[in-house]
Amino acid sequence: MGNMERDEMATRRASGGWLSLPFSLPFRRKTLAPADALNLLKQVSLRRTKSFAHGVHPEGNKSTAGTPIRRLPFAPRMTLPILQHIGKPAVPTVQVGQEVVRGQLIARADGFMSVPLHAPADGVVEAIEPRPTAQGTWVDSIVIRVYEGSVQELCWGSPRDMDAQTPEEIVQAVWDAGLVGLGGAAFPSHVKLSPPKDQPIHTLVVNGCECEPYLTCDHRMMLELTDDLLAGIGYAMRAVGATRAVIGVEDNKLDAVAAIRHALPADGSISVEAVPTKYPQGAEKMLIHSVLGLDVPPGRRASEFGVVVNNVGTLAMMGRLLPQGHGLSERVVTVTGPGIARPGDYWVPIGTPMRHVLAWAGAPDVTEREIILGGPMMGQAVASLDVPVTKGVSGILVFDGRHVQAEENRTAKPCIKCGECLKACPMGLNPSMLGMLAGKADYETMGAEYHLGDCFECGCCTFVCPSNIPLVQQFRVAKAVLRKRAGARAMA
Amino acid sequence: MAPTPLTELRTAPHVRRDISVERIMRNVVLALLPLLAFSFWQYGLSVLALTVVVTGTCLATERFFNWMSGSASTLPDWSATITGLLLALVLPPSFPLWMGAVAAFVSIALGKALFGGLGHNVFNPALVGRAFVQAAFPVSITTFVPAYLPGRFSGFIPSTFTLPLMTPPDISGWVKTRLLDGMSQATPLARWKFDNQLTGLEDFLSGAATASVGETSALLILTCGLYLAARRFMDWRIPVAVLGSTALVAWAFNLAVPDRYPTPEFVLLSGGLMLGAVFMATDMATSPVTPLGVWIYGAVIGVVTVMIRYFGGLTEGVMYAILLGNALAPLIDQWTQPRVFGARRRGRAGEKPS
Repeated sequence: MGNMERDEMATRRASGGWLSLPFSLPFRRKTLAPADALNLLKQVSLRRTKSFAHGVHPEGNKSTAGTPIRRLPFAPRMTLPILQHIGKPAVPTVQVGQEVVRGQLIARADGFMSVPLHAPADGVVEAIEPRPTAQGTWVDSIVIRVYEGSVQELCWGSPRDMDAQTPEEIVQAVWDAGLVGLGGAAFPSHVKLSPPKDQPIHTLVVNGCECEPYLTCDHRMMLELTDDLLAGIGYAMRAVGATRAVIGVEDNKLDAVAAIRHALPADGSISVEAVPTKYPQGAEKMLIHSVLGLDVPPGRRASEFGVVVNNVGTLAMMGRLLPQGHGLSERVVTVTGPGIARPGDYWVPIGTPMRHVLAWAGAPDVTEREIILGGPMMGQAVASLDVPVTKGVSGILVFDGRHVQAEENRTAKPCIKCGECLKACPMGLNPSMLGMLAGKADYETMGAEYHLGDCFECGCCTFVCPSNIPLVQQFRVAKAVLRKRAGARAMA
Repeated sequence: MAPTPLTELRTAPHVRRDISVERIMRNVVLALLPLLAFSFWQYGLSVLALTVVVTGTCLATERFFNWMSGSASTLPDWSATITGLLLALVLPPSFPLWMGAVAAFVSIALGKALFGGLGHNVFNPALVGRAFVQAAFPVSITTFVPAYLPGRFSGFIPSTFTLPLMTPPDISGWVKTRLLDGMSQATPLARWKFDNQLTGLEDFLSGAATASVGETSALLILTCGLYLAARRFMDWRIPVAVLGSTALVAWAFNLAVPDRYPTPEFVLLSGGLMLGAVFMATDMATSPVTPLGVWIYGAVIGVVTVMIRYFGGLTEGVMYAILLGNALAPLIDQWTQPRVFGARRRGRAGEKPS
């Protein structure tokens, strides 16, 4: 099948099947050959059965999808918390007063569950002291005063011949690059690429869903860094020993599917699938279900079934950084929302203060506005504009005062047992019952009988609740309390 | 450095679907209005008076309990309005107004407020009120007038304005003076049970069959229900389960002893089944939430309805069937917890992909 045909297929799949054909006319043929019709039918029926059950359909609001990624100038000062990932903090290798070069290692990993940090710009280390982070905690941070005239070209690092690398060397290279999951989790990538030895991996699932509303950074990277992405997929496949890779992309990004199809290697080891646009399609278990038809049971890991999932952004950066021997010193961030004058996707150096990004993207008066890091469904509100952009920040979302006011006016009412949350929960839980138990602070029952542990906090239940009950918020509290109690029991 | 601006801190999700309790309830009220309008056309001024008194009493009772508990008014959530309208729909058009007020008070007070208000009630409030007056005023609740009586827009049915605590006057004489040929004062179910007469299909569809205020036109009830289901303000599975199981059981009986038991169509269209299945059984707070539970709940209501009608002393069984279903709902929920994603039915581990 040639590329043209593939694109056409992709467009047809995007059109939403039979019903929307008369309206969007996705292909310009006058007649539909029987074979084509059959093919189309097959695809339509495939799409129907493919996706996970339940989920929600929030407004996409992906207005920045059509704008190319732009560069952000350096802020005068960069703040790099030594803990930007899940795991142990990095250990600074520079001293106050020391000059650093863009891309230079400034903090080394402390053990396997830790990643190094690299300087985002040429400058001088001004301080190593606790600074506020978006998570609300103060973390030791390396503060760099950036030299005027510092260039954005990355000069540090030594190129490697990626074809000659062994799987162990690739994992080491990923580690050295300081890569973490760029989708928002910030889980160290080299750990993800090192599954237990007794769990052979056959498939790499690549998450290009970007199911969160507003965010378009993955979309733009798939379009603009397609070759880097495919190179990164190749490295990751070799690192884990996978024989195939499947890229799952939501069908609201068919241009990305087409772009990737054009660039796919000829050996057929990598394929790209359009999956229905539905939140949370990008959740690990949901995506594995959608592209492989495999259900990972509760309490089990995907790697036990030979599958590893990685985000497109992470893999694209892997393909971009590894051959050059560069470290992760910048990332693509979607800056958008009703409160932003110049929304778009930006290359933001790690450590850039939020205030700088917002000033540049045109949020003149951010007072009393709601700023979310990440997407609106799982992102985090920040209290201060002085926190830096870290490796896990995929988006900066600025709502306007009206939205904030509307949110403030919400009052929780009693549960009317409409059952909408059960229809929304992708994990098949009973949020209505969990919410009632949370109201009674009966966290033990929630965990023991109602599968609280399987909740991954996607927020679908809160999203649909007509009574405005903060369900997922209560579940987070319940999980934290249970974790604490389990910890206390383990200590005793 | 400028002082840090204050930002509102909230936890995810930061966007919500455009839905609220008020919006759901408002739409249910909207869906009930055509039924009331049609009933007004059939029975005239008495229905209007009954609806106003019953709904007004419901609202006043709700507000009274708000005041007693010191909480904000819950009238804007429209749920008390729904209870009032539904209650009016299941009373006979000739029902004395003061008895209607008693039913309305009991609905809200015993059926809802004592449990803690909206969402906490176990039984459908309107049916609690209906069950109370069924026991308290057995004659009035089973006295019906035919539809389309002449002069229904110029005067009231004599029993409407019975003084409180007084026995209503016998209206059969009054009805006889205006009765058109071939109209009966008995409900189709009573005529079947006691006289073994079946009412024709066209009478049910046109609303000519004698019944409570809102139970006459199956077609209209279904249309209004479809509107709610299409807009996702109602769980379509419940009416389907209730009507399906009723039809199935009735069909089996009819097949076994055709002389003794009526056809499924008759069972479906007669009495309050349609209204009960579409508007009463679907009350969110008193029905199960689990996917399987909803079907079981509906099936129980359907089967019990037929059993009461066929083997009980009463002619109608929908009300008690739904109340029984309400009582079982929490248990059904507990027994039918949904299956967690990836969990196998028989506890087997997940399979490897092909």
